[in-house]
Amino acid sequence: MQRINSAAELDARREDIRAGKDADRPAIAVCSGAGCAGLSNGRVIAAFEKELESQGLAGKVDLRATGCHGLCELGPNVVIYPEEIYYVHVKPEDVAEIVKETVQGKKVVDRLVYSDPASGEKAVHLSEIPFYKYQSRNLIGNNTRINPSSIDDYIGIGGYAALAKALFGMKPEQVLDEVKKANLRGRGGGGFPAGLKWETTRNAPEKEKYVIVNGHEGEPGAFMDRAVFTGNPHLVLEGLIIGAYAIGAHQGFIYTRHDSKLLKQNIDRALKQARENGLLGENILGSGFDFDVEVHFDVGIFVSGESSALMRSIEGKNPEPRPKYIRTSVSGIWDKPSNLNNVETWANVPQIIEKGAEWYTGIGTESSKGTKMISLSGNIVNSGVVEVPFGTTLRQIIFDIGGGIPGGKKLKALHFGGAMGGSIPESLIDTPLDFDALKKVGAPMGAGALMVMDEDTDMVEMARFFLTFLTNESCGKCVPCREGIQQLLKILTDICKGEGKKGDIETMEEIADVMSAASLCSLGKTATDPLRGTLKYFREEYETNIH
Amino acid sequence: MGDITLEIDGKSIAAKEGTTVLEAARSADIFIPTLCHNEMLEPYGGCRLCTVEVESRGRKKLVASCLYPVEPDLIVRTRTEMVDKVRKLVLEFLLAHAPDSVRMNELAAEYGADKDRFGKESSFCILCGLCVRYCAEVKKRNVIGFVDQGAKREINFIPELAAQYCWDCKECFPLCPTSYLQAAYHLTHAIAFPSLSLDEVAQA
Repeated sequence: MQRINSAAELDARREDIRAGKDADRPAIAVCSGAGCAGLSNGRVIAAFEKELESQGLAGKVDLRATGCHGLCELGPNVVIYPEEIYYVHVKPEDVAEIVKETVQGKKVVDRLVYSDPASGEKAVHLSEIPFYKYQSRNLIGNNTRINPSSIDDYIGIGGYAALAKALFGMKPEQVLDEVKKANLRGRGGGGFPAGLKWETTRNAPEKEKYVIVNGHEGEPGAFMDRAVFTGNPHLVLEGLIIGAYAIGAHQGFIYTRHDSKLLKQNIDRALKQARENGLLGENILGSGFDFDVEVHFDVGIFVSGESSALMRSIEGKNPEPRPKYIRTSVSGIWDKPSNLNNVETWANVPQIIEKGAEWYTGIGTESSKGTKMISLSGNIVNSGVVEVPFGTTLRQIIFDIGGGIPGGKKLKALHFGGAMGGSIPESLIDTPLDFDALKKVGAPMGAGALMVMDEDTDMVEMARFFLTFLTNESCGKCVPCREGIQQLLKILTDICKGEGKKGDIETMEEIADVMSAASLCSLGKTATDPLRGTLKYFREEYETNIH
Repeated sequence: MGDITLEIDGKSIAAKEGTTVLEAARSADIFIPTLCHNEMLEPYGGCRLCTVEVESRGRKKLVASCLYPVEPDLIVRTRTEMVDKVRKLVLEFLLAHAPDSVRMNELAAEYGADKDRFGKESSFCILCGLCVRYCAEVKKRNVIGFVDQGAKREINFIPELAAQYCWDCKECFPLCPTSYLQAAYHLTHAIAFPSLSLDEVAQA
């Protein structure tokens, strides 16, 4: 692999890659996201390999196992290019027909195309399927177009152009300024302005600084970060390198899941390719800027994704949170200034640099800019990974994109943010997707895991379910979190059995107040949010079980 | 390390930069209760009994005073309604595990905590980590450590190391805020039944 030593050489490489690609050459993109992997997509891919061979098409048709397409509900998903014909629920026995009819014969296999469950209306192309039609897939849209194992695919679609622009056309301060002007807010949960965090790290007195990708994504119901990180690892890496340049860091860390083999494989490969191509390591693209990245894995406990626990874990210690009276952006890993952002936040950076803050702020609402990826799950027709501009209403996400509630059931509640999130009733469905608007109604977006609940959902049981998850995932260091969750669970178990006692609700509220006020980290501080939300909006469900 | 002036319970107090609110309060004879704190050890912030309210640039929040660094013009209140509410509940939680702890019963009287409020689960251990941290930080032997997480967290001696070091040491025993019988029990168990869990011993 030829090392790229300048911006001009990068442009030349891109031209070469594009010139070598025939726009009319057929390509088959089989989804290899987590959902489709669970639906035996491996057998589908193997069938395509065999079939292309036997129909004499090997080498004439591209076959790629791609990242998550988005529509997990209907997997395994297959897209046939250049027409962008979209097939759902593809089985190995469908493959011969697809190759013969569609790849060779340019005809659509009718029984495999999307059919609207309500109207029966069919949609042949990706862009016509309602699930995709109403999205703005700036981050995840390229998943179907590239092979995650090919850096050339990424460079071919314009990858690393933003990095070259930053390194050769902008001072670090200008990059920082652009991100601040774009008002990029952290997608990990808090919605804190990323530019301000970068600035704090940049200005911290210690010379050595670190940048970190939080790819832990342990929230129940959250699966969008791994979709983009597995499917397009260079996008996240490019964002990280740009951030490191702006902040003045020469060492980065990726902290991610130990339990996803494909994710690890794709990240490791991307790092290796970036190093070989001169995009990572010493003297990146000949600019004189040095930066490299180490990969670390979580230790199988939810709290290790909490920022201070994550940093302890990278240091090789127990992943126990420490209080952040001094911010980690000033004193993080080994007490050095450490800027942590999650996968999706970093993935937003290249487009901001490439297209500018003005373009970026044209998308979204007054206080929340850009698009947001949402993991849509629960009682919903189309579960999957969705990306929409901020400002899209929850109604549009659930009905237009998600296809509504299955089985003719009524929507009862929406829950954002997993085990530490909040539930709101159906009546608030016209709330826009916006950091502040959602926080105000009591369903803070968190990382973007949206669970949909139908009329049969028992809200008390749901609160109990989340606390059961958290009692196993709390580190157990501080008293309010460790003991508070245990006592809440005892009371909730009684209430679920119809054996609640007078005063139970008040006791739970007291425990929740103390946990929020006095727990050591955000796990304990927000562990009772689902409980509070359900007490606020669905109190009668608790009361009917108290005698 | 310049001097900083802050206010604790209405009193103006001078403290060195880099010290904590708890240290500043103690230097001025202002009492803040603690269970997991010991001056020999790194601050831990586990029990949250030392929670106080701080006000900085007009913003109030609750913090663990054993960890919170002093800052100029900080206003600290060691007894507010919310602070007392936290301490009362923390004591009630812990008294369910160690109902006869003399020290906690004294504090319970001060904060109106009912030691019978929550069902008893007398493990005697409140997981303050004093023994664990003393062994690691002062003795540098790491004979005793935490195992498991969340509600299942407990302390355990490593049998081989315990047999070697503990009988001649036992310096962690008197640090225990509940009863050093707890540590003695765990130690004996570790040495006598190195291969069994506590539950298995109870059933044997």
